[in-house]
Amino acid sequence: MEKLDLQALGLRALNEKLQNQTDETNQKDWEIINPRGSHAIAVGVDAPINVTVRGSTGYYCGGMNKQAHIHVDGSAGPGVAENMMSGTVTIDGDASQYAGATGHGGTLVIKGNAASRCGISMKGIDIVVHGNIGHMSAFMAQSGNLVVCGDAGDALGDSIYEARLFVRGSVKSLGADCIEKEMRPEHLDILRELLEKSGCDAKPEEFKRYGSARQLYNFKIDNAY
Amino acid sequence: MSDKKQNAIPQTVPVQSSTFSKTVNAEIRRAAATGIYDIRGGGAKRKVPHFDDLLFLGASISRYPLEGYREKCETKVTLGTRFAKNPIEIDIPITIAGMSFGSLSGGAKEALGRGASMAGTSTTTGDGGMTVEERGHSSKLVYQYLPSRYGMNPDDLRKADAIEVVVGQGAKPGGGGMLLGQKISDRVAQMRNLPKGIDQRSACRHPDWTGPDDLEIKILELREITGWRVPIYVKVGGARPYFDTTLAVKAGADVVVLDGMQGGTAATQDVFIEHVGQPILACIREAVRALQDLDMHREVQLIVSGGVRNGADVAKCMALGADAVSIGTAALIALGDNDPRWEAEYQKLGTTAGAYDDWHEGKDPAGITTQDPELMKRFDPIEGGRRLNNYLKVMTLEAQTIARACGKSHVHNLEPEDLCALTLEAAAMAKVPLAGTDWWPGKPGTSY
Repeated sequence: MEKLDLQALGLRALNEKLQNQTDETNQKDWEIINPRGSHAIAVGVDAPINVTVRGSTGYYCGGMNKQAHIHVDGSAGPGVAENMMSGTVTIDGDASQYAGATGHGGTLVIKGNAASRCGISMKGIDIVVHGNIGHMSAFMAQSGNLVVCGDAGDALGDSIYEARLFVRGSVKSLGADCIEKEMRPEHLDILRELLEKSGCDAKPEEFKRYGSARQLYNFKIDNAY
Repeated sequence: MSDKKQNAIPQTVPVQSSTFSKTVNAEIRRAAATGIYDIRGGGAKRKVPHFDDLLFLGASISRYPLEGYREKCETKVTLGTRFAKNPIEIDIPITIAGMSFGSLSGGAKEALGRGASMAGTSTTTGDGGMTVEERGHSSKLVYQYLPSRYGMNPDDLRKADAIEVVVGQGAKPGGGGMLLGQKISDRVAQMRNLPKGIDQRSACRHPDWTGPDDLEIKILELREITGWRVPIYVKVGGARPYFDTTLAVKAGADVVVLDGMQGGTAATQDVFIEHVGQPILACIREAVRALQDLDMHREVQLIVSGGVRNGADVAKCMALGADAVSIGTAALIALGDNDPRWEAEYQKLGTTAGAYDDWHEGKDPAGITTQDPELMKRFDPIEGGRRLNNYLKVMTLEAQTIARACGKSHVHNLEPEDLCALTLEAAAMAKVPLAGTDWWPGKPGTSY
C-alpha cells in the first residue's frame, strides 16, 4: 500500500502518480489521505489498481476512470465517476448531483443517497444506489442500468433512451417518455448480479423496472398530405 | 380605341404584403400541412450587418504601406499560451470549425483534415466523437467537449492537440444539436451509443456542470486528465459576448471561441437560426473589451466565426481584435457543397444550388453532408483537401494584401483605426467611425 497525502503532494503530482500506473504495475494498492473535499481526485486513471480515498471528495472524483477500483471512504461531490469507462467507483457515504454522468462502462456504487441527476446521459455504466436518488435522474439515459434501492425523485428517466431503471421504493414522478415496464427473468438476473456485486441484500423481486416508451424517438409529422 | 376601354376605371396593382411575403406564407402553409417546425442546416440567411459594411482605409501620407509581394507580413498564430504546456501553433489565422462525423461523411472529415494540415492549421471534431480518419489526417486536431459527450473517452481526449468545451454556438445559442434518423447509420449509432434511425437531439447544456464556477472545476478536471499539456478552448455563441468572454477567462480558458449567428449548424430549427443570437460583427469588439478589461487581450486568444468568407473578412476580424478566425460553411463550399454542377439534383430535391440546406435529410448530392454510401462515393477526400488548401491559401494571401496595404508586418497589427464603416449600424457594432466622419454611435465622450 502506497500512501499519498494530497495536501502535502498537491493534486497534479498525486494524479500523475496514479495516471503513470500501467497494466503491469506491481503497486496495486494506493491510499489517499487528506482529500479535504478537493476536486478531480484520481481522474483519468487507466490501470487495474485499487485506490482508497480516506475522506470526502469534491467534484469529479474518479472522472473518466478506466480499470481502477476507487473507493471513497466518505461522501463524494458532484459528478463522481463522470464518464467512467470501466472499473468501479464505490462511495461509502452520499453522492452529490450528476453521479455517474455520461458513464460509458464500469460500476458506480453509492452506499448512501445520490442527489439530483444521478446517471444523467448514462451510456453503458451500471449504477447502484443503496439509498434514494434525487430529481431528474437518468435524464436522456442511453444505456446501462440504474438500480435504486430506495426512492426516486421527480421526473425519473426523462427523455430516456435504452437504459434500464430499477427502483425498489416509490417514484415521485416519471419524466417524459419514461414508463413502467414488465420485469422479465433476464432483468431479474441483471438485477441480482448488480445487487450482489454492490453488496446490497435487497431482493430483485422487490423492484420495478422503468424504461423508454420510445415515443420520442422520432419527430411526429402529419403525413396526411 | 373602344369607348369601353377609354372609360375603364383604373385598377389598383396587386400588392404583396411585406409582412406576409411569399416566403412567410409558404412557411405558414408548410407548418399547417406538417405540424412540425422547419429544420435545416447552415446559419442565418437574413441580411444582418456584416463585414461588408466595413472598409479598410489603407495607407496614405500619414501611414505608409508595405511592398505588396516582397515585404514580410506574418500570419502565424499561437493559441493556448496561458496555461497549456503545448500551445498550438498554426501558420495561418484561419482554423476549421467543429463539424461532426455524422453530420458530415467520413470522407468530408478526412478532406477537412487534409486541407487544414496542408495549410498548416487545425481542424475540429464535432458532436459524435473523434474518428480515425479525422485524427489520422489532421496534423492539429481540436477535440470538442460537448453536452452530449457522444463518443467521449479519455484516450481520444489525450490524442487531441486542444480541447474545446462547447457551451454554445452561433446558430443556436441555448440550443442543443440535432441529427435526424436518416443520418444515424450503423457506424454513427455505434459511436453515439444510440438506436439506429432515431431522431437524435443533443442536450443543450452540460450534464455535470452549471455556471462559471462549475466550469472552472470542469476545466481543472480536463487539465488533470490531460496533464495540463493541451490548450482548453471555451466556445460560446454570440449571445452576451462581454460577459461570456469574461466568465470563460475567469473559468480558466486558454482560448475563447466566439461564434456569431451566421455560423452554421448541421441541423436545427429555422426559427432558432434566424431569431436567436447576434451577428458576429456585434460580438467581436465586446469580447475584446472583456479581454482588455481583464488585461488578457492576446494572453487569452480570441477565435471568431460566423460568416467569414474571404481574406478581407479575416483581416477585418484581426483589425477588430481577434487572434484567428474559424470557418465552417465556407470550408464546405470549398469542398463542393452547393456546387452548381449538381443543379439538376438540387432541383429534384425542391431547391437550387446555393440554397440547399436540408443537410439533416442526408441526401446531399455533393456527398458531403450525408451518410449514404452511394452519395459519399461522389466525394473525393484527396481532391477536397486540395481545394480546401487552395482556398485557405487564397484567404491568407488576401488578408496579407490588406495588412500590407495598411502598413502592417503581421496581420495581428491591424487595428480598429484601420477601419471605417459604411452604415450607422456597422459603425455602432464595430465601434469604428462612420465613413467620412470621426464618430460612431456610442463613442465615448459624444452624445447620440
